[in-house]
Amino acid sequence: MAVMTYREALNLALREELTRDPNVFVIGEEVGLYEGAYKVTQGLLKEFGPKRIVDTPIAESGFTGVGIGAAMVGLRPVVEMMTFNFALLALDQIVNSAAKLHYMSGGQYNVPLVIRGPGGPAHQLAAQHSQSMEVYFYHVPGLKVVRPSTPMDAKGLLKAAIRDDNPVIFIESETLYNVKGEVPEDPDFVIPLGQAVVRREGTDVTVVAYMGMMYRAMEAAEELAKDGISVEIVDPRSLQPLDTATIIGSVRKTHRAVVVEAGAGFAGMGSEIATEITEEAFDDLDAPVLRVTGAQAPMPYARNLERAKTPTKEKIADAIRRVCYANGSR
Amino acid sequence: MPVTKVVMPKLSEQMESGKIIKWLKKEGDRVQSGDILAEVETDKADVEMEAFGSGVLRKILVAAGNKAPVGSLIGVIAEENDDIGAVVAQAGSGAPAAAASEAKAPSGAKPGMADRPAAVPPQPKSEDPAARKPSPSTGSESPGSRRVQDAVAAASVPQPSGDGGRVKASPLARKIAAQSGVDLKLIQGSGPGGRIVRRDVEAASTAPAAAAVAAAPALRPVAQPAAAGAEYEDLPLSPMRSAIARRMPLSKAPVPHFYVTSEVAMDRAWELREELNGLEGQPKISVNDFIIRACALTLLQHPGVNASFQGESIRVFHRVHMGIAVALEEGLITPVLRDVHAKSLAQIAVEARDLAERARQRKLRTQELSGATFSISNLGMFDVRDFSAIINPPEGAILAVGSVRRVPVVSDEGLGVGRRMALTISCDHRVMDGAMGARFLQDVKKLLEEPLRLLV
Repeated sequence: MAVMTYREALNLALREELTRDPNVFVIGEEVGLYEGAYKVTQGLLKEFGPKRIVDTPIAESGFTGVGIGAAMVGLRPVVEMMTFNFALLALDQIVNSAAKLHYMSGGQYNVPLVIRGPGGPAHQLAAQHSQSMEVYFYHVPGLKVVRPSTPMDAKGLLKAAIRDDNPVIFIESETLYNVKGEVPEDPDFVIPLGQAVVRREGTDVTVVAYMGMMYRAMEAAEELAKDGISVEIVDPRSLQPLDTATIIGSVRKTHRAVVVEAGAGFAGMGSEIATEITEEAFDDLDAPVLRVTGAQAPMPYARNLERAKTPTKEKIADAIRRVCYANGSR
Repeated sequence: MPVTKVVMPKLSEQMESGKIIKWLKKEGDRVQSGDILAEVETDKADVEMEAFGSGVLRKILVAAGNKAPVGSLIGVIAEENDDIGAVVAQAGSGAPAAAASEAKAPSGAKPGMADRPAAVPPQPKSEDPAARKPSPSTGSESPGSRRVQDAVAAASVPQPSGDGGRVKASPLARKIAAQSGVDLKLIQGSGPGGRIVRRDVEAASTAPAAAAVAAAPALRPVAQPAAAGAEYEDLPLSPMRSAIARRMPLSKAPVPHFYVTSEVAMDRAWELREELNGLEGQPKISVNDFIIRACALTLLQHPGVNASFQGESIRVFHRVHMGIAVALEEGLITPVLRDVHAKSLAQIAVEARDLAERARQRKLRTQELSGATFSISNLGMFDVRDFSAIINPPEGAILAVGSVRRVPVVSDEGLGVGRRMALTISCDHRVMDGAMGARFLQDVKKLLEEPLRLLV
């Protein structure tokens, strides 16, 4: 194990996979000479050369299409979105081509493609650059969607994504690039897609949260422990496929659940998980499943309004108290 | 709403009839599907009977204390205005108890009236104008009359948490209530809007349960005190005693028993047990737990003893489910410790004690009373040297355990004092022979005499 940042863990994963498999290459804006807008591809051009680390014009639809075509003929492209908000420009390529070609070709083509980059709210990036983009993708059959919360997961899941024969949407976060954690240096360390992890064990309530929301839920859990509320935190890591077994197993133990998501709540991940819990564990519930979500509004630029729009530690703690009926009977 | 017939359920394989210990609902009570209607005594245990339909318990056809054959009609659940005449008539004269309860109900023609408290005044004082309507004469309930009833009822029983019979409870609370026999209508919910949640049911299930246990023995057949000078008295058979009387001849006569007895030196097991029981935080382990563990391990080595005669074949079991005979005031019962071969001594100690305690409280579930592959009967606590037990079919053998006695022992060094215990195995000769039983006993003896083997 080595302690490194989330950014370094991603860089290490790319380096190892580029070394392991000559079919892997990286393509995107500023990934080569500039070494990545967030320096995730630092040093790669020098080490692997311009055929493996490809700088492109500002044309998301174009270079995503290049990636899909390369994947169809046997390469394993890693397409970088400078931020995932820009993937909207490539939505037709991703949804209509990448996701469906395996099906529509009757299995003649695989699309072993990874599209990665940062997404979700960060610090004052305003309406167009703060969106929780995963919701646009996990609805589409044929795509896998990953949101890694820790340096270890960043490495293990990115390697699994690159080795997967399906298109994988891999969304990182600007706020996590400098987070440090232990990361296995073993080049064969891979975390399979579709496995949730229990980040914190507890007995009173299950909180499902990922990325920055997972860290805020951990803080809320620490605070609530002082009041005698024992919180279990499940990080799904992969949203598609979703490890419902781990979530349901936790709810069967705690009998209560809160789902946290950064984006607007309507028809979001919280709705999906709440439904799964209701269908699978109805008789184990002692309270309705609650959601803590972003407000149904564009992300404001002003710092105080940004805070009002997103789930905070206080909002998460309040929901946990409510689901435990621990804030006085109402 | 459909009319739901309440019939005597078949609660165990051998059950032919059951006795109503008591009804937990009375005529006129509103019941939900899943509510516990009554407690039923079978030949093996007291079991709760749940409702399979919702509505009003309109009719009780078999009063508490009476027996009814499996499948016979014992009650009717329907809505207040449903005609249940035909259903009740079908029961015919087969239910003698019906007449008695019929006679007591003053207004059989107006079912549903029984639940109205006698104290309801015809013109209750109320601010609610709807409540002033003389609703009882209409026969159908207006919302106003329901409210008055609730208000009156609230004076004597805890306020129901739902309105109009709909109880608000979390799914988990409902599940736990159904399992523990708690009536949700009698609980005050502490969740939002008065919702009943788990903690409310758990709080409620501890108090009334104790009362129910205390009340139950009074309903059992009790012998009249013998009159002075009477030459004899006839005691009625309890369901358990009649089950024993029915089943034991079915074993002893057709099953050719043979018996093998061996004496076991228990000195080392005794010391080991004292040492184990001196450890802090360990469950207390009995001599019988040692014997259970020794038999379980030995049965895996001697599958021929863990076997059952099946007429055309012998069924050899690959798992050991141990029947443990527990003496009760009115007979005995043999709860089953499942997969005992895979359990540690400590696990056996905890589970065997739990089974025995619940057997004494008659709180065993029916599935805990069947499926043994071998049984142990221990009379050691009665200072018994040795005895022979009757096999409990379809099992192939049973082990009878005597007391651990301090006796003079002759060894190479001379005369000393040792602890000895007699084991007698009764075997079904159709399944096994004397040598097989003897070899089994020899290996049980070896394990008990080298008891560290029981720990590994």
